[in-house]
Parts: sequence; C-alpha cells; structure tokens
Amino acid sequence: MSEHPTLLRAGTSAPDFTLHSTPDQTVSLSEFRGKPVILAFYPADWSPVCGDQMALYNEILPEFHKYGAELLGVSVDGVWCHIAFAHARKLHFSLLADFEPKGGVARAYGAYRDTDGTSERALFVIDAEGVIRWSYCSPVGVNPGADGILDALESLQAEHSQASS
Amino acid sequence: MSAQGQGMLRPDVSDKDHALGRADAPVTLVEYGDYQCPHCWRAHPVVTAVRALLGDKLRFVFRDFPLTQIHEHALHAAEATESVATNAGGDAFWAMHDTIYEHQQDSPIALDDSHLVKYAASCGADPEQVARDLANDTFEEDVRADFMSGVRSGVNGTPTFFINGVRFEGDWSNPKFFAAALLEGAAMVGAPRGSR
Repeated sequence: MSEHPTLLRAGTSAPDFTLHSTPDQTVSLSEFRGKPVILAFYPADWSPVCGDQMALYNEILPEFHKYGAELLGVSVDGVWCHIAFAHARKLHFSLLADFEPKGGVARAYGAYRDTDGTSERALFVIDAEGVIRWSYCSPVGVNPGADGILDALESLQAEHSQASS
Repeated sequence: MSAQGQGMLRPDVSDKDHALGRADAPVTLVEYGDYQCPHCWRAHPVVTAVRALLGDKLRFVFRDFPLTQIHEHALHAAEATESVATNAGGDAFWAMHDTIYEHQQDSPIALDDSHLVKYAASCGADPEQVARDLANDTFEEDVRADFMSGVRSGVNGTPTFFINGVRFEGDWSNPKFFAAALLEGAAMVGAPRGSR
C-alpha cells in the first residue's frame, strides 16, 4: 500500500488539541502526557455495519488499558451526535467532536478529506512523551482492526521495560 | 486487510482448537464468528455445504469472536459451547454450535441462558453443569483468548475467514464459489502451518 501523502508519521511530535467530549467538558491531548494515547480518527458516527470500528475498539478496550493506554475517537460530528452514538453502541471511551473549526484537528494530523468533509480513517499511537510512534491510514470503507495498534503498544512497552531494566 | 497489511492468522491452528476434519487435510478453513451475529448465521449453512463439497480435503476450525457490547447473548453462547465441549466432548460441541445457529433467529431471547441450557441438554451435555458454568463464567477466559487471537490476526468483524493461515477477502455467500476459492487459495498459500 502506498504511503498516505499528508498523514503525520512516526517520530513527529503530536500536535496538541482541545476538543469537546460533552457539551460542557473538553479534553486536551496534553492531559494524557505520561501514558500512551491511541487517536482513532473515523469518518462519521453511525456506520451501518455490525462489527464497526468503534464497536470493535470498545470490545478491545480492556486490552488497551493493560498497556496503560487511553483511547480517543475523533470525528467531525458534533457532541450531541457523539452522545447519541456512544449511548446506542454502549461505548466506554471518549468521542471527541472535531467540529469547530470543522476538521481542524484532522487537518493538523494530515488526516482530512477535503472532498468528503470528513476525516480519514486514520490511527495514531502516541507515546508518553507526546511523540507519534505509529500511524496508519486505512481506506475509508475498510475497518483497520486493532492489530497494528496492539503491535505498536507492545513495542512501546518492550522499549520501556528495556530502558528501566 | 489488517492494519499491517499482513492478514495472517496468529496463533496457528493447534490441538486446542475445535476442528472438524483431518489434521492433514490440504485446506484448513478458520472462521472467527459470533453466535449472535446475523452474518455468521448466514454463513453457517454455507460452511456446512462447503464441508460436504470438499469432504476430506477440508478441515474446519471455529474460533469465538463475540462482540459482547452489541450482542448481549454472544458471550454466554460461546461459553456454553465451551462448557458442552468440556463436559460432553467434541461431537457435542459441534452439535451445540449447529443448534445455536439454527435457533439464532427464532426470537430475541433464543440465545438467553435458559435456551442455551436447553440446547446443551439436547446435545448430550448435563444441563445443570452448563448452567453452573454460565453462572460462574467458567469459560470466559477461553472465549476471550480466542477473541484476542482474532484481534491480533487483524479480524475486524464477523465472520472473518482464514485459508491455511491467510485472511480470505472474497465473497463467501455461494458454497460452490467459496469451495473453489478455498481450493485455489490453499494451492497458492501452500500447506497450513501447524499441520503435520
């Protein structure tokens, strides 16, 4: 697969952002310094398939937590849409509204689709120091699964335990 | 395709798996499935037909991939099959597997605990033992291990199939075409890893 032309790559410092997770709460990337963060951009809430990406990650959440990692879903949908979606799918992680300016964070990560007005289906694993250690862009119609994320978290952990031994 | 573009099954099929057919069969088909998933329900008779078409050439392995947050009965259904396997053996496991899919669409409660226990009894398992195993989630870890092996293999939904360890990306809805694709895929990939 050819590399995505604009997607931020491993080694790049992850651009900080502050986005609404609920109408009266915001989340900043910098709050999570000290632990790995999985940033999952996806095109839109309400994907019509049964095993969709966010449902899958919801299922794998305990596994992400074993690595001490925090999962954040990001799309251009507004907070009320996210709330309804998260409630319907019983999601146990935050969905952030990249809503105003629309797609601003997706653009900062090189993961915006001008033609569609949505983000790409793009994944970033960011280390405890705020550096992107792995990124991947999936075709919009293809759920990328979680094996790449878990591989990245595993190698972060291996590095960490080597450094501390 | 998985995030790494590999789509390889890990770990390989072993004697810990539930398998139908000869271990030295040239084609090993692995399905990651969810007992409450309607797509898996559609796939079930297709796989049965493919097994009939390919006979001794095929070994079929089923691994659990329950999406428990959207399918409330999927985890216990999978646990029930494991309980039946442990308490009544491999043939009973496959009878339970078939029975669950045959009843999946009966009603919204067709896979609740009381129905699962009834199906287990009809497959020759001790219903009280199965009920205890469900209440204690005795086999939750086993089901979870299957699920995680699927995640690590790049499974992103159900059903997902692997032919001799390589992810199958094609259409499985027609048994004849699926059987032909399995033979062709297996010939391209070579013998399954983990076979003798």
